[in-house]
Amino acid sequence: MILVLVETADGAAAEVSLETLALARALAAEGGGVPVQAVVVGEVPDPAALAEELGEHGVAEVHQATGDGVAAFGGAAWAAAVQEAREATGSVVVTAAGSVRGNEVLAHLAARLQVPMAANVTAFSGLAPFVVTRQVVGGAALEEMRLDQRPAVFTVAGHAWQAAVAPTGPATWHTFAPDVAPADLVASVVSVAEKEPDTSDSLRSARVVVGAGRGAGGPDGFAPVAELAELLGGAVGVSRVVTSLGWRPHHEQVGQTGSRITPDLYVPCGISGAIQHWAGCASSKTILAINTDPDAPMMTKATYAVVGDMHEVVPAIVAELRRRRTGVEC
Amino acid sequence: MTRVLVCVKRVPDSSGEVVLTDDGQAVDGRYAGFTISDHENCAVELGIRLADATGGSVTVLTVGPAEAVDQLRAALALGAGAAVHVQADPARLGPDDVAHEIAAVVRDHRAAGAAYDLVLLGNDASDSGDFQVPVRLGYRLGLPIVTGASTAEVTGDRVIAEADGPEGRETYSVPLPAVVSVLEGGVEPRYPTMRGRMAARKIEVETRQPTREPVGPSRVRLLLPPPAPATAEVLGEGPEAAPAVVDLFERLGVGR
Repeated sequence: MILVLVETADGAAAEVSLETLALARALAAEGGGVPVQAVVVGEVPDPAALAEELGEHGVAEVHQATGDGVAAFGGAAWAAAVQEAREATGSVVVTAAGSVRGNEVLAHLAARLQVPMAANVTAFSGLAPFVVTRQVVGGAALEEMRLDQRPAVFTVAGHAWQAAVAPTGPATWHTFAPDVAPADLVASVVSVAEKEPDTSDSLRSARVVVGAGRGAGGPDGFAPVAELAELLGGAVGVSRVVTSLGWRPHHEQVGQTGSRITPDLYVPCGISGAIQHWAGCASSKTILAINTDPDAPMMTKATYAVVGDMHEVVPAIVAELRRRRTGVEC
Repeated sequence: MTRVLVCVKRVPDSSGEVVLTDDGQAVDGRYAGFTISDHENCAVELGIRLADATGGSVTVLTVGPAEAVDQLRAALALGAGAAVHVQADPARLGPDDVAHEIAAVVRDHRAAGAAYDLVLLGNDASDSGDFQVPVRLGYRLGLPIVTGASTAEVTGDRVIAEADGPEGRETYSVPLPAVVSVLEGGVEPRYPTMRGRMAARKIEVETRQPTREPVGPSRVRLLLPPPAPATAEVLGEGPEAAPAVVDLFERLGVGR
């Protein structure tokens, strides 16, 4: 049995969780067709809809943990729920997306079970011994790692696999109230600030995305990029460092821990192109990179490149676009 | 009087080209140099602020080779008051080994009457990217764990930490002692002063040996992804490239 921790957003399975299910199905097939089951923690607005969606992605059974113990997020509490689901299903593999939640909860699970955990797995080879390949050094290198204890616990790097349907009919739904010890409730979320408006849906569906990274230089460095995006009828996407420094909101992030975009044209400005970011933009049809460093990974992997400072190049492009539209200099 | 222990790891600078050692067991930092991760720079900064705000102290700890004393000295120059060096070859240690050795220091210092209120670590090491040492440490010490915090404040006998969650900014309020892992972005790390550097030289580093034979990292080998062939067509340099860029937009039919 393979158990997948499925995260949800607005009642639907998160894309990274569906990607994890794709890897889990491949692993299940390699193991001779073992069933894939899901564990969902917390309340779900429409269980029937989620059961149907997960069934489309090859899940036979869903175990939903409910009750006071998991009402607020806590790494230990959620891990207690996953641990109980693992014991009930006798799963020999427990996996989750390599998201903030996924890495945290499975680290707790591995510590509780005293087994190794592999973070950010991209592939597996062989079942005995079970060897996984995972991203290290921010994706600049890979590690082959043995996972020879059971359960094998690992997370799947965001966007390393593609979500794909494999219908088995709606998944059977079970609920359970996990037994969460008081000590596991000590480090739980006590309050959540109101979320800023989330525009990541329009980012994921945009035909044109203009991106900016550390090269923007600060929170004030995004105006030309936003203007170019608007002129092209597109959206703004940013790299992880930009959101972790608080320069732009998290929902604009493109990459492994952000959105995966598939536009006709992506224009990354001042983005070096680390794997973390590349994983989210590699499916763009055409990439035009603008960067001062001609050897930056983004510049060599792109379809087109302009060598230069985004603070000079982007305003010049904006001016040229306006000139051709209105026929006058501005 | 918050007593803070900040754990840092000497890692190869991976901002440029990454090179592996001949045996494929580690990243070779001989040419790129060594540093600590951005997360850990922020953990050191947070530790110093917490200690300053409460009249407490910061001890910095590393588990690493002899040369890792450089990273300890750098943190001492910023304002940490004491340093502990567990001397070990990081390539032979797995995340559980590192957690075990940090826990041993915490327990020994507690037994000697110098208990820590708060242990800060980086959210994940920038080389091995295991995402689990802080959690394993918390379990070994029987302490609550908050991961991915970008800010932390001590109020009375609790630490209030904030982290970015999928539904918005999350607040944790956890009784001390506790383990908190730090994600970069919440604080701006300070630079060392000349006076700080001088003072750091005089501090004696507590040097220790590992307390157990390491289990190891279960590593088969490290690999570098195949180099991507440079395929980009260069449209030009600087602002002069703008007309060629807009020509491209027109060819692609975008923005009309």
